[in-house]
Amino acid sequence: MANALLDLPKTARKGEVIKITTLVSHLMETGYRREISGAVIPRLIIHTFTCRYDGEEVFRAELFPAMAANPLIAFSTIATKSGPISFTWVDDAGITLTESVDLVVTD
Amino acid sequence: MIEPYPLSRRSVLVQVAASFAFLATRPAFAEADETAQAIREFTGGAKITPGKVSIEVAPLVENGNSVALAVAVESPMTVDHHVKTIALFNEKNPQPQIARFHLSPRSGTSRVETRIRLATTQHITAIAQLSDGSFWSQEVEVIVTIAACTEE
Amino acid sequence: MLRLRIILTFLLGVVPGGAITRADDIAPKDRRSGFDMMSAETQAMQKNDLANPAMLWVREGEALWSTPPEGGGQACSGCHGEARISMKGVAARYPVFDASAGTAIDLAGKIQQCQVERQKASPWPRESKPLLSMSSYVGLQSRGTSIVPAHYKGTTEAASRGKALFNRRVGQLNLSCANCHDDNWGQKLGSAVIPQGHPTGYPIYRLEWQGMGSLQRRMRNCMTGVRAEPYAYGAPEWIELELYLMQRAAGLTLETPAVRP
Repeated sequence: MANALLDLPKTARKGEVIKITTLVSHLMETGYRREISGAVIPRLIIHTFTCRYDGEEVFRAELFPAMAANPLIAFSTIATKSGPISFTWVDDAGITLTESVDLVVTD
Repeated sequence: MIEPYPLSRRSVLVQVAASFAFLATRPAFAEADETAQAIREFTGGAKITPGKVSIEVAPLVENGNSVALAVAVESPMTVDHHVKTIALFNEKNPQPQIARFHLSPRSGTSRVETRIRLATTQHITAIAQLSDGSFWSQEVEVIVTIAACTEE
Repeated sequence: MLRLRIILTFLLGVVPGGAITRADDIAPKDRRSGFDMMSAETQAMQKNDLANPAMLWVREGEALWSTPPEGGGQACSGCHGEARISMKGVAARYPVFDASAGTAIDLAGKIQQCQVERQKASPWPRESKPLLSMSSYVGLQSRGTSIVPAHYKGTTEAASRGKALFNRRVGQLNLSCANCHDDNWGQKLGSAVIPQGHPTGYPIYRLEWQGMGSLQRRMRNCMTGVRAEPYAYGAPEWIELELYLMQRAAGLTLETPAVRP
């Protein structure tokens, strides 16, 4: 089940700066905690987040265990032309979540 | 799919216990020189000038598990003059890095918002690398208060 | 351990010494949600649905609402239609008296009962992600409505048992719920403000948990905090306590899904 919340406008004027807020469900296990038995719980975090606009990377984040659980990342991009804005999160287990939203850009 | 919370009751109990164990078994804090070294790795030893960068964060937070933080850099964000990367560092978590954000002229603004973890009261440093190769920084202190009624 | 010891010192220092205690029930006009006692930053996290991590659970609950269970039974939506209409106000009156069970039942228990009796499926365990998600989604449909506790014979009796539990000193620290939440709300325990203990926003996203949890999980934290043996998940004592807490919170606005430190 895809579990991410995205906040961005559906339409924008060409040249307009749009704000994008992303929230994704992930425990972001630090690798510094232990089970009752004493065994270290292995690190399992989202290490890379990428935003592509019509296929071209416009924002990327490298994340470390000091990021909060269920990471929120907000940033901006300039509306250039109508097209898909895609969001990809990749975690230590190699699991990738991708979401995509179509932005309509008017002149 | 990212399935973050495989919450069987057992795993809740383990998690509960683990979150308590975290207090007792947390490794030594990242030493100040570890933070300095991580910053050197980021800048390649280049000079860092205080300024242009501003961190917005509450000076005192009631739980270090999720601290809202925004960082912005003075920049026209044009092809010729823009912010390439913003890196966040901490002083006293087990590891000095927090995140690195890669921007471009297509970003429009140089403002990024996120939420971070702070193990204890400490300084946070944001360093921006501009397209001309210069590095700028700001450092702020955040006080993390002691929570009552934590889970055991 | 250091943090724990500090907290216990505060516990011991604040409460049994009993500087000035109110020792009365909280009058309706003085009732306040824990929301009012948290930082502006945590309030902001709750107020914005696009920044509130609890909404990740709500969204999963929304998907589950129309997903048929394994075994061919109907989805929740098959009987209840649109949750936005059928579930409005429901969470604001739970727990209720359940005639078939002959006892009071909380919302999570009712969801489990529906799974077993109507959907012929296995119930999601207490504190499991799907049960928290569904509880959050159902709870959201009552957000903004006033808490109106049920007043039937069965629930009234159960609520009085809950009140007795609330006022009973337990654990090695020998503290009752009332010692903190009736007598000392607004004062500090460690650096945290002691809230009145109203269940206005469950399930909650607790920063301490870095995730979602039920009222029962929160009450477990209190019980282990005073060094008492907590009841098992789903135990009747929890439901009785919840009934009393809902009576005690009557008139406050439901906030589900809330964020708490």
